[in-house]
Amino acid sequence: MRFSALRILSEGLTGNRGWRPHWRDPEPKSEYDIVIIGGGGHGLSTAYYLAREHGLRNVAVLEKGYLGGGNVGRNTTIVRANYFLPGNSEFYSHSLKLWEGLEQELNYNVMHSQRGLINLFHSDGQRDAFARRGNAMVNQGDDAELLDRDGVRKHLPYLDFDNIRFPVYGGLLHRRGGTARHDAVAWGYARGASDRGVDLIQNCEVTGIDIANGRVTGVQTTRGAIRARKVAIVVAGRSGQVAAMAGMRLPIESHVLQAFVTEGLKPAINHVVSFGMGHFYISQSDKGGLVFGGDLDFYPSYAQRGNLPMAEHVMEAAMTLMPMIGKAKVLRSWGGIMDMTPDGSPIIDKTETEGLFLDCGWCYGGFKAVPGSGYSFAHLIATGRHHAPAAKFRLDRFRTGAGLMDEEGTGAQHNLH
Amino acid sequence: MRLSCPICGERDRREFHYGGAALERPAPEAGAAAWDAYLHLRENPAGRSRELWYHESGCTAWLVVERDTVTHEIHGVTLAAGGR
Repeated sequence: MRFSALRILSEGLTGNRGWRPHWRDPEPKSEYDIVIIGGGGHGLSTAYYLAREHGLRNVAVLEKGYLGGGNVGRNTTIVRANYFLPGNSEFYSHSLKLWEGLEQELNYNVMHSQRGLINLFHSDGQRDAFARRGNAMVNQGDDAELLDRDGVRKHLPYLDFDNIRFPVYGGLLHRRGGTARHDAVAWGYARGASDRGVDLIQNCEVTGIDIANGRVTGVQTTRGAIRARKVAIVVAGRSGQVAAMAGMRLPIESHVLQAFVTEGLKPAINHVVSFGMGHFYISQSDKGGLVFGGDLDFYPSYAQRGNLPMAEHVMEAAMTLMPMIGKAKVLRSWGGIMDMTPDGSPIIDKTETEGLFLDCGWCYGGFKAVPGSGYSFAHLIATGRHHAPAAKFRLDRFRTGAGLMDEEGTGAQHNLH
Repeated sequence: MRLSCPICGERDRREFHYGGAALERPAPEAGAAAWDAYLHLRENPAGRSRELWYHESGCTAWLVVERDTVTHEIHGVTLAAGGR
């Protein structure tokens, strides 16, 4: 079932009775070439690119809940490529290029809106750091413009520029940054994968990973055993539990990150604005709600909800930066489970078990990586070779100390990112 | 979430800083694998967890906290130095 203007018009005139489910709901078969554990954004895009780029269609995605019910359905929808370090820089650049063609590629309106992202700075030292980051982005072939105070004022006249603690000195503008409709990304990839023959199996929790003679042979699930030649783990915050089924311990702690949304308001905030010194960022959804968030709660949690001190901190940061939103009523808040690595950068790699692959450690930045992660992970699974833009996301970099990507420069240790 | 410090009593979460999983520190000569495990690899349990917390805005004691990472329930707090 494909979308077109004609189709939407004719359905609208005939009571919208012709729409069908976007993907099949098959029973699991007893054997697949490839089993992907996790039906979130990354798992679905991996399945899509396995079928689309490599012609591998005997593939199943196993999801313990419903498709897109994890972090891809509970994030703050920001898409950007403003990374600094080699490894991250080329990966997110590739991912953003995939985003830019995604709606045509999937024939699905993911509402990708390149409204521009502005990272604010508040001191001379920070200006230098952002100038350097901007140069790295331009060197990578992406866009960056260093704005002075008046330049920021043209875009964001409503900020408190003369805040006594954090006066606005300027900002780094990334015009191709923006937002997308998060659920639609999962749905678009799901439909595309299902149409190409991938079985998307919901309410199917993996309870064990079968290994014989150092080789993966399949998985045990709540809907029976499934044999597979290759198994891919892509389960975000649950990576530790699933990897333990294969006898692995990962360099990951799962933390909670909260986000908030207000009632719908008239258009007021036209960009994604990031206020790093206050650990605060905000955008306005197409429905009108202000979507914003802050930093981790900074303790491990699988609760998918945070505590009030961080909620209070985020509200204080909002009032510090843009007092005009003070009367907006917060409708909802929620928490997601972040698979935090010691250096804050992700992992796309093989494991010690032959045929078992791992895609995890996206920390609090997994949404924008959905296309790139799926593309590069599919390449690794299909060919056994690392895809160039993701070649530095190695699992062994913590053990060896070589190739750490500590974007924040705070040290490659747990609890510092 | 409130933690009950053995010295100060029950206090607000904001007085404490999470300091990582409570692990046994390997001997200096234990080898690279033991140190990699200590520094990087984690059980990362969904359920009961043993963690180090620092009573930063209180008595500055390091605490071993048994906490449930799914419910945020606190099962026990002891002084990290208590065993010495």
